[in-house]
Amino acid sequence: MSINGKAYIVGAFEHPTRKADDKSVAQLHAEVAYGALQDAGLTKDDIDGFFCTGAAPGLGPLNMADYLGLTKLRHFDSTDVGGSSYVMHVGHAAEAISMGLCDIALVTLAGRPRAEAMATGTAPRSWGVNVPDDPFEIPYGRTVANAYAMCAMRHMHEFGTTSEQLAWIKVAASHHAQWNEQAMLRKVVTVEDVVNSPMVSDPLHRLDCCVISDGGGALIIAKPEIARSLKRPLVKVKGHGEATKNQNAGYTDLTYSGARWSGPRAFEEAGVTPQDIQYASIYDSFTITVLMQLEDLGFCEKGQGGKFVSDGNLISGVGKLPFNTDGGGLCNNHPANRGGMTKVIEAVRQLRGEAHPKVQVPGCTLALAHGTGGLLGTRHGSATVILERE
Amino acid sequence: MATPASNRALPAIAVDPTNKPYFDAAREGRMLIGLCKDTGKHFWYPRGCSPFTLSNNVELVEAKGTGTIYTYTVMRTKEPYCVAYVELDEGVRVFTNIVDCDLDEVRIGQKVKVVFKPTQGDSPPATMFTPV
Repeated sequence: MSINGKAYIVGAFEHPTRKADDKSVAQLHAEVAYGALQDAGLTKDDIDGFFCTGAAPGLGPLNMADYLGLTKLRHFDSTDVGGSSYVMHVGHAAEAISMGLCDIALVTLAGRPRAEAMATGTAPRSWGVNVPDDPFEIPYGRTVANAYAMCAMRHMHEFGTTSEQLAWIKVAASHHAQWNEQAMLRKVVTVEDVVNSPMVSDPLHRLDCCVISDGGGALIIAKPEIARSLKRPLVKVKGHGEATKNQNAGYTDLTYSGARWSGPRAFEEAGVTPQDIQYASIYDSFTITVLMQLEDLGFCEKGQGGKFVSDGNLISGVGKLPFNTDGGGLCNNHPANRGGMTKVIEAVRQLRGEAHPKVQVPGCTLALAHGTGGLLGTRHGSATVILERE
Repeated sequence: MATPASNRALPAIAVDPTNKPYFDAAREGRMLIGLCKDTGKHFWYPRGCSPFTLSNNVELVEAKGTGTIYTYTVMRTKEPYCVAYVELDEGVRVFTNIVDCDLDEVRIGQKVKVVFKPTQGDSPPATMFTPV
């Protein structure tokens, strides 16, 4: 069964805050949910499906559904694969809607790692208790930064990728962020700025890393009849793919990501190819994340990502593949350390023609949003959605 | 400019009933890896099932303790340390640290051998590697 055309994104909202000293995580969930409902022209009691992750306070969806006053739910899903979850939730919501399990689904994300002064990328951290790989990784100082840096190091070794090529990804993001008044880093940077910034974990510099921010976002996904009854532009869910990649029993290969599997699944369902995509939201926890995903999604050959991203090829109005026109995680925000939500939101803006005029892709009708969640260098989730303006 | 490996304090290791034999051997200076007896293939990390067949027909066997660096990175924290995957001569790639050397000289493909580093309290030692 295909979800192509069975559901539409009818509401999208990104929280404007980047540092939420005076708000709780639950309050942020409420504000993004309300914002997305206002955007869609719907009200709380229209929602009969609810999606969140383990990052939401409480047991699965239960405490947030209670807090938000969601009393009409007949379907819920708390699939948690880190930052890629919210891309995956779009696919899951479309599946649920296509099967008649719900008509209007709400997806929320919120968090305040910045207000809580969390050492997101540089402190060893477990995902829970009784995790069987922890004794073999945590004592060795596994962090988010070094788990991605080891992928970059191997990619450079095998394919000759350079720090300057990775830097172009940040440069492109900064060109977009300059137009976003809410972005944390609005200054346009150069390749030299990136490679001369302090080393965090070789070969990744500080400017190869995303920002740490508070905030969140929400999406409303609805069945076609409801979408057509609303006043917003029609953004159709055309294809979805998901995958996990792990250490493969010790025979791991760090040169590719789960996008190698989730991408083709999404393209096949949508009936389109990477060459058809006019705008791409690509998860950008680090510059290397973008480069590997672009290769694995088929925008260029494996090993050619460095050449592909160079010379402004990702800058809207300049290059062939405009990406992350809000400035992305690298410059705009990375709420709750989970960037999948904002990836979908900016794709929706592009398809509606509501991105900033300086970065809007003219006549954008086909967009992709892709997320990687967890750690690229150990085990991660991967989700791809393809969206179309109707 | 050299970056000597720091002797940062290592956290205690969470030993559970399944991985205890691995850490008991580490206390004796021996490194073990998983062996699936259904397929004859080695696996990493040690666990109570075969990641190839899912049966519990597995055992821990002694590794030679030598290998090459598959990839690495140096965390430029106040106490710099080198995280790496070492490919053992048996073929599995092990998440570890490279120690007792100049971290600026670490390279992919470098030959390394196992060393055991104390962790906190009565916890078993961590399995790390140093250039041969």
